[in-house]
Amino acid sequence: MYGNDFGPDQSLLDQVADAERALVEAAARGRDGAPETGEEQAYFDQIVAAEQKVEPRDWMPAAYRKTLIRQIAQHAHSEIIGMQPEGNWISRAPSLKRKAILLAKVQDEAGHGLYLYAAAETLGIERDELVDMLIDGRQKYSSIFNYPTLSWADVGAIGWLVDGAAIVNQVPLCRCSYGPYARAMIRICKEESFHQRQGYEILYTLAHGTPEQRAMAQDAVNRWWYPSLAMFGPPDTDSTHSEQSMGWKIKRFSNDDLRQRFVDMCVQQASVLGLDLPDADLRRDDETGHYAYTQPDFDELMQVIKGNGPCNRERIANRKRAHDNGAWVREAAAAYAAKQTAGVRREPARSDASEKAVA
Amino acid sequence: MAAGELWEVFVRPRRGLAHTHVGSLHAPDAEMALRNARDVYTRRQEGVSIWVIPAGAITASSPDEKDAFFDPAADKVYRHPTFYDVPEGAGHL
Repeated sequence: MYGNDFGPDQSLLDQVADAERALVEAAARGRDGAPETGEEQAYFDQIVAAEQKVEPRDWMPAAYRKTLIRQIAQHAHSEIIGMQPEGNWISRAPSLKRKAILLAKVQDEAGHGLYLYAAAETLGIERDELVDMLIDGRQKYSSIFNYPTLSWADVGAIGWLVDGAAIVNQVPLCRCSYGPYARAMIRICKEESFHQRQGYEILYTLAHGTPEQRAMAQDAVNRWWYPSLAMFGPPDTDSTHSEQSMGWKIKRFSNDDLRQRFVDMCVQQASVLGLDLPDADLRRDDETGHYAYTQPDFDELMQVIKGNGPCNRERIANRKRAHDNGAWVREAAAAYAAKQTAGVRREPARSDASEKAVA
Repeated sequence: MAAGELWEVFVRPRRGLAHTHVGSLHAPDAEMALRNARDVYTRRQEGVSIWVIPAGAITASSPDEKDAFFDPAADKVYRHPTFYDVPEGAGHL
């Protein structure tokens, strides 16, 4: 466990504020200048060990760069694909208020995708390449977005459980050793807080509504619970990238530690909602204070990652269609910009001509 | 009269912090702008990294249109977490 950012009573926003403070303090401790030739690896290691940030023009191990590109791109793709399940309900939101909120939330996801693509680009990869790798399947996005949103209550369950799990995953990334990623994550986590609360409020409203509304809320929680647990990735024993990422301080906690933290938070929140988590074996271990719980189906997770989830093909097909349908907009914008530039260049020529005419 | 075009200067004060705008200067080219920026803005070790950008390359929003430009965000209180009622007893939200 690292520092006090797993404090039991801290809100997520407090944890983000702590991470931001730590970033500024680490900056003030200073470790500036540059490594001697041949000392690059040692210098990099010292920066990481001192909780300082690696910046885009610093020397970094090739594998560190590659890992970050993979992780930040996957994160960006998840934000972008994540617009689809919720976008499905914008036109059918039950009130103007809920519609405006959902629009704002989906708009935020697009914004988060853009912050992250920009952070990935500081590592020397092009945006077009990232988009291509998403569409042709060379890069992945979070498997959770391959599940369908069948009712309005799913929008609530996504906000509470999916965004809740994402925040538990993301708050430690505010302390990531790569500066542009850490700074983007601080901004994103501050904005995510509204996402989780709006989802919780939707479920609370439904759970205290008619019996049908209550049943709809419970059904959504039943369907989203295990896929949300699977968001933390395979168990520590099977996690391929974890150890090196922890060494580089890209990652701070193991998959299983984060999953446990999420379960402990949700049990309490579910009781306030008055909804059940669909796990008959959920019980508090009095010795550790943590809840014992049933693991998600990791075989199912692997199937979804491989492309065989309920909505994988639809999500990528939609993304590709949106990208292809936007081609004329990109072309028109480029043509307009070229015309404007040409116009600026022509202007002095025109004034020359008019001067000659006067002369 | 100052020689060369106007450059805007951004300094990263410390490793881990983002570059922030500190001011501007005149220089005939990018290389000179960078050297001048070092001499003008980081004489007391105010920074560990500098960006210089031709002022003409920056497109700025117009102060006259400030209200109309930023208005759309003004009536969207639901973008803030405080807009939502958190029921009694619900932690970590």
